[in-house]
Amino acid sequence: MAPEVRGASLVALAEGVAAKKWKSRDLVEAYLDRIARLDKKIGSFLLVDGEGARRAADAIDKKIVAGEAVGQLGGVPIGLKDIYVTRGLETTAGSKILKGFIPPYESTASARLAAAGAIRLGKLNMDEFAMGSSNENSAFGPVHNPWDLERVPGGSSGGSAAAVAASLCAGTLGTDTGGSIRQPASLCGVVGVKPTYGRVSRYGVIAFASSLDHPGPFGRTVEDAAALLEVIAGHDPMDSTSIPQPAGRYRQASKAGLTGLRLGVPKEYFQSGMDPEVEAAVRKALDELGRAGATLVPVSLPHTQYAIATYYLICMAEASSNLARYDGVRYGHRTAEAGSLEELYAKTRGEGFGAEPKRRIVLGTYVLRAGYYEAYYGKALRVRRLIANDFAAAFAQCDVLVTPTSPTPAFKLGERAADPLQMYLADIYTVAPPLAGVPALSQCCGFTKSGLPIGLQTIGPTLGEETVFRLAGAYEARTQWHQRLPEDPS
Amino acid sequence: MSGDKYEAVIGLEVHVQLATHTKIFSISSAAFGGEPNAHTDPVCLGLPGALPVLNREAVDAAVRLGLAVGSHVRPRCRFARKHYFYPDLPKGFQISQYDEPLCEGGAVTFRLDGEVRQIRLTRIHMEDDAGKNIHDASGVSFVDYNRAGVPLCEIVSEPDLRSADEAAEYLRAIRTLVRYLGISDGNMEEGSLRCDANVSIRPRGESKLGTKAELKNINSFKNVRDAIEHEIARQKVLLGRGERVVQETRLWDPDRGISASMRSKEEAHDYRYFPEPDLPPVVVDEAWLLRAGAALPELPEARHARFLGLGLSAQDAQVLVAERPIGDYFDQALAAAPAHPKKIANWLINEVLGRVDDARKLMDQDVPVPPAALAELVELVEKGTLSGKLGKEVFGRMWQQRRRAGDIVAAESVSLVSDTSVIEAACQRVVERSPDEAARFRGGNVKLMGFFVGNVMKETGGKANPKIVDEILRKLLG
Repeated sequence: MAPEVRGASLVALAEGVAAKKWKSRDLVEAYLDRIARLDKKIGSFLLVDGEGARRAADAIDKKIVAGEAVGQLGGVPIGLKDIYVTRGLETTAGSKILKGFIPPYESTASARLAAAGAIRLGKLNMDEFAMGSSNENSAFGPVHNPWDLERVPGGSSGGSAAAVAASLCAGTLGTDTGGSIRQPASLCGVVGVKPTYGRVSRYGVIAFASSLDHPGPFGRTVEDAAALLEVIAGHDPMDSTSIPQPAGRYRQASKAGLTGLRLGVPKEYFQSGMDPEVEAAVRKALDELGRAGATLVPVSLPHTQYAIATYYLICMAEASSNLARYDGVRYGHRTAEAGSLEELYAKTRGEGFGAEPKRRIVLGTYVLRAGYYEAYYGKALRVRRLIANDFAAAFAQCDVLVTPTSPTPAFKLGERAADPLQMYLADIYTVAPPLAGVPALSQCCGFTKSGLPIGLQTIGPTLGEETVFRLAGAYEARTQWHQRLPEDPS
Repeated sequence: MSGDKYEAVIGLEVHVQLATHTKIFSISSAAFGGEPNAHTDPVCLGLPGALPVLNREAVDAAVRLGLAVGSHVRPRCRFARKHYFYPDLPKGFQISQYDEPLCEGGAVTFRLDGEVRQIRLTRIHMEDDAGKNIHDASGVSFVDYNRAGVPLCEIVSEPDLRSADEAAEYLRAIRTLVRYLGISDGNMEEGSLRCDANVSIRPRGESKLGTKAELKNINSFKNVRDAIEHEIARQKVLLGRGERVVQETRLWDPDRGISASMRSKEEAHDYRYFPEPDLPPVVVDEAWLLRAGAALPELPEARHARFLGLGLSAQDAQVLVAERPIGDYFDQALAAAPAHPKKIANWLINEVLGRVDDARKLMDQDVPVPPAALAELVELVEKGTLSGKLGKEVFGRMWQQRRRAGDIVAAESVSLVSDTSVIEAACQRVVERSPDEAARFRGGNVKLMGFFVGNVMKETGGKANPKIVDEILRKLLG
């Protein structure tokens, strides 16, 4: 018998499959039914692989009957941001230039999920090549925030956040380069984790900015996100920047409590520009954590003001390089007619890329040009080092930092689309952790009067995921925000 | 060119494909050839999401090269992306090295007309090769990515070369060296050794460099020589007319024997180098250097000097060091017959090398006359068991029948007759038959000795030991 999947936790669903309370196939049908009914309004899925999911679920159910092991996530339906390449399943990174691209190989993270028994329901909408904070840059249409369909879900992993919020699958993977997991998690009221750089393999994750790209999970609960991260984390010889250390015990940490933890409150993250409702909710959360037994320590991250400029310089430079391969020669979109090689490139790329990738390619090309490297990219790398040093210094005084995730709750579709700079500035609280490579998590810490979720960000030291999960798990255990669900759209 | 008003200044950029099992950043075979696109994978095709993983075997080969030319091998080097668009370049950038190459400095040493030349190196760096565009007669183009990702070392020289001949010899020395090291087959026809040349001229005595042109597509020793000769002449004509040389890249057309401008300095690519974020810095520690250094073979120059010390002529030494297996063969034969280095060299150069199509296969198991067998033959000749002429005959049979010289001599009594009584009888007969010649010889016509020796040889079917014949004849005619 199928359980009610709306609001269900991934961990509970997996336990139910293992305990034969329900079949994986029942879960798949329940989610496919919800997707069929609701996702027209939300737009989180770019591709639903119903047949593949049913086949995989039946295989799991067979194993259960036969008494075979099915893995930690056995039978649980999940979704992948369409930036994870999937063997035999179209992968577009939200871009027309990859329309029709069927990868011949599988990303490490998605392969690990499959090996743990998770069932892939489909591929999730995103800003084109993960460039954006609203999901409005998808070539295949926007995603609507399940809490208010007129608002954005955040980005770039907007589909991944919205699908969890709307209970269209039990958990998802996204990627975070400057906030692309945490900010949509915040705007959609779910848990999103950007682990330490190198914790999760980037192999098979389409590159936006290589030194900043962090694959990570979304979950309804802290433990759900922890369960997903435990499966996808750990060394991968196919990614030279992967950390040669096994995954930690994140689920356990999420239940360990926060007694004795010193929480750093960086003053630079509580300055002007924040929505008052966001500030109030975050301060209330800090009070709650204090009452729970944590010590609050004021700290400073003095180079915070340079984080956005540094982040955009680096990510644009790397993006201009990473997107060079989309030339219409081997795969993806190719212009219908070209008289010369140069025209083939110009037309293919002109037609295939949307405005935001083009903007970043142009700016990135500009900053890398001969004679300007030192003034821009070189300097950005040095400031990046200072920002990382800020975090190292702060973590000498505290175990974990707590900040808002986004200065505002979800904004309206179209509201900022005409002003890319304003859109970039919305990343103010999320860009520094990826620059430093440190882990960070966003979870819900309240709602605005109009019912929009507000996110709380927890930042840990390098490889300090356990500490982050301890704090987030303890906070969640003392609050009910994560239990609140958006209405199903009618 | 002496007496010439101008001096040529040449620097070469030589690309060496490393003969590793797999590609520099992925698992596909790095072998030459194969069905188009058979040696490919997500990484070398530049598929979305694919990431490079450095092949240690390639770094080790490059380290060995660096040590062999006396470069400083950086303890920490870095890859950088070099951007340009071309269909054979799958990622839109080449993974190369820029500000932190693996090797800096060093020199390539070789001999030009017997004189030792040392060409300083600027650097040696690693990078991945591109694929190949194939243009069909109907105007359709294809791309074969088998070569994409094959490891390359780029060896950049200082502008130390002064003539086309010297440039060709330098290139040959690099080929010899990489083959000695076993890191590349150095085959220009298959593109595992490629070269671009920077050429300028300046008035003799001037220390400032002239404006250079970069020559591309000079992928044979002949092309290197021809293209550089042509470029020097072209620049001389320009300066002679009072015109300027413009900085540009020129493409050599080997069929027409001319070069044409490909792009000017203004049109030069801006490669937008930046550190490859997908690869951490490469650390080559002391232990690695020691290991690589200990594994280096004797290098061509050292071997050349050693062979000269054995009394070999410069010419012979040159032949013996040209390919490592030739010198190895020589050394093994010498070990078996240490008294005869020059003779072994002669036999090796005149008989053995003439019979193999590829000297690089000389040390293969199936060479018909292995070094020890040659040594045995040389000993037999030097002992007088065989004459030089018989020795050659025996060698021919050794090669054809894969037999040892000793067996042939024993089984077929081809050895020289050294039995004094037999030879004496033959000599007696000849002298008695030729009283006139004997009288003239005794009268002082010593040239007639040849006549007597020849007749004794006829008598003995060519098998009499000539030394003994000579001795006995002198006694009889004395």
